[in-house]
Amino acid sequence: MKFTRRQALGLTAGAAALSFTGFGISTAFANAEDTEKRIMEFTGNKKPESGKITLTAPEIAENGNTVPISVSVESAMSGDDLVESVMILAEGNPNPAVATFHFTEMSGQASATTRMRLAKTQNVVAVAKMKDGSVYSDTRLVKVTIGGCGG
Amino acid sequence: MAKSKPRVKVPKSAKAGDVITIKTLISHKMESGQRKDKQGKVIPRSIINKFTCEFNGAKVFECDIDPAISANPFFEFSAKVSESGTFKFIWVDDDGSTYTEEKKIEVS
Amino acid sequence: MSGRKHDVKNKLIAAGLAAAVAFTSGIVGLSADPVDETLSIDGNPMVSRTKAPEGYPFDEVMSGWLFRTDETRALQSDSFNNPGMLGVEEGEAIWNTVEGSEGKSCASCHNDAKESMKGIAANYPKWDADAKRPINIELQINKCREKNMGAEPYAFDKSGQKPLTAYIKHQSLGTPVALDLGKGELQKWWDDGKKLYYTRTGQLDLSCASCHEQNMGKNIRADHLSQGQVNGFPTYRLKQGGLVSVHNRFRGCIRDTRAEFPKAFSDELMALELYVTWRGSGLSVETPAVRQ
Repeated sequence: MKFTRRQALGLTAGAAALSFTGFGISTAFANAEDTEKRIMEFTGNKKPESGKITLTAPEIAENGNTVPISVSVESAMSGDDLVESVMILAEGNPNPAVATFHFTEMSGQASATTRMRLAKTQNVVAVAKMKDGSVYSDTRLVKVTIGGCGG
Repeated sequence: MAKSKPRVKVPKSAKAGDVITIKTLISHKMESGQRKDKQGKVIPRSIINKFTCEFNGAKVFECDIDPAISANPFFEFSAKVSESGTFKFIWVDDDGSTYTEEKKIEVS
Repeated sequence: MSGRKHDVKNKLIAAGLAAAVAFTSGIVGLSADPVDETLSIDGNPMVSRTKAPEGYPFDEVMSGWLFRTDETRALQSDSFNNPGMLGVEEGEAIWNTVEGSEGKSCASCHNDAKESMKGIAANYPKWDADAKRPINIELQINKCREKNMGAEPYAFDKSGQKPLTAYIKHQSLGTPVALDLGKGELQKWWDDGKKLYYTRTGQLDLSCASCHEQNMGKNIRADHLSQGQVNGFPTYRLKQGGLVSVHNRFRGCIRDTRAEFPKAFSDELMALELYVTWRGSGLSVETPAVRQ
């Protein structure tokens, strides 16, 4: 396809518009495979089921630097019905690791909220590991927008 | 750059068996290690890597933190209280420093 | 380089950049309208929409809060959740810290800021008869430091300037912005500021009005354009993950039109701050606001 100079400049400017947020330019991004590996490490090679865990994240993040997310796992949090840990991963970040929450009986509830950085539009995955060895996961697609201008 | 200052919100009182909500915020740049300076050199990672909440010495909640957590890390979580006591909050910095805060609660 | 070649090259650059800067009326899910809601901080309602002052281009002045996503707006509604409050607390510590040759802190003369500074930031910028120009909170702090504390004035955006400014302005939270343009030569500076607001600059040939008046409510790339009010500064910007000052924002916007940007606290930016603050007359001071 032959480009005129005008078109080429327009495309370049457009490509520049795809620059990523505060993470800085990095050519190496995590991928789904990377994330899968980490999940397997976390679960002891068990494939997580869906259900019990809910990951809440905005559909569109106004700025990738500060994206509020919440996780909640259905559990009585006593005796054998206990959530041990919940791991959060960002499939498309340079490094998929985000945070791992560790709960105890004293938590009362297996839920937590935090704010994370997303380098670009991607899936955020939450994986819960229960005391009885069962594992669950939930995934949310978060669209990360490119800002306008100013400062 | 100011020292990291924590802010914690814990209800002053509760009834035994209540599950209360705790919010914590601490000022910290959370330098991810992904950014480059004007000369193109990578700015080294420098973050808070762990947050722990204890109640009367027992662990309630803990978080292993990676660089993808935003600057000025915020955590909201729950705690089940059965007696009066003191919550202790501990943040651990990559550089080895720890920041702590304590809050008392009356449980009837 | 021949004049004509240069001209064509510049036009191509402008066209390419303009293509990237295309104003769109709505992007995937992003609402093109400001929300129909009232900002309430810790249960206290703020004036986020009000009838505009005389001679205003719109009928209504609207806070930038109304143009942000649900999540961003929620960050401001609770002063614990608001990360800008960390800066305000830092400012409070500075307020009580002794500095300078006179061995004073702000508190030495002004006592409890919650009383002495209550509501005053809503009336700035004011006329500084000594310097014969408008004065904002940042410059007022520096004036006090030099004259009364024997302390070094803060350099732009450095050291305690942002947190202390945020702390002082926060004592006016909720108070409607109201300027007295009759003092000194403020009216003339207001005229200068207005002229600047409507002057196109830079390779992108944009004025403040191009975005914040003519295209208010539309999207520039994925940013939902507000009226460009300053009632919430210093603002906690998610992009920077920290407090951002008015002059820093002005400079950034002008830089992004690819123009040379004036120095902070220069005559141009003081005039602009005065005029833009007037454009928000009636809106509650929201410092520290949370924006993208």
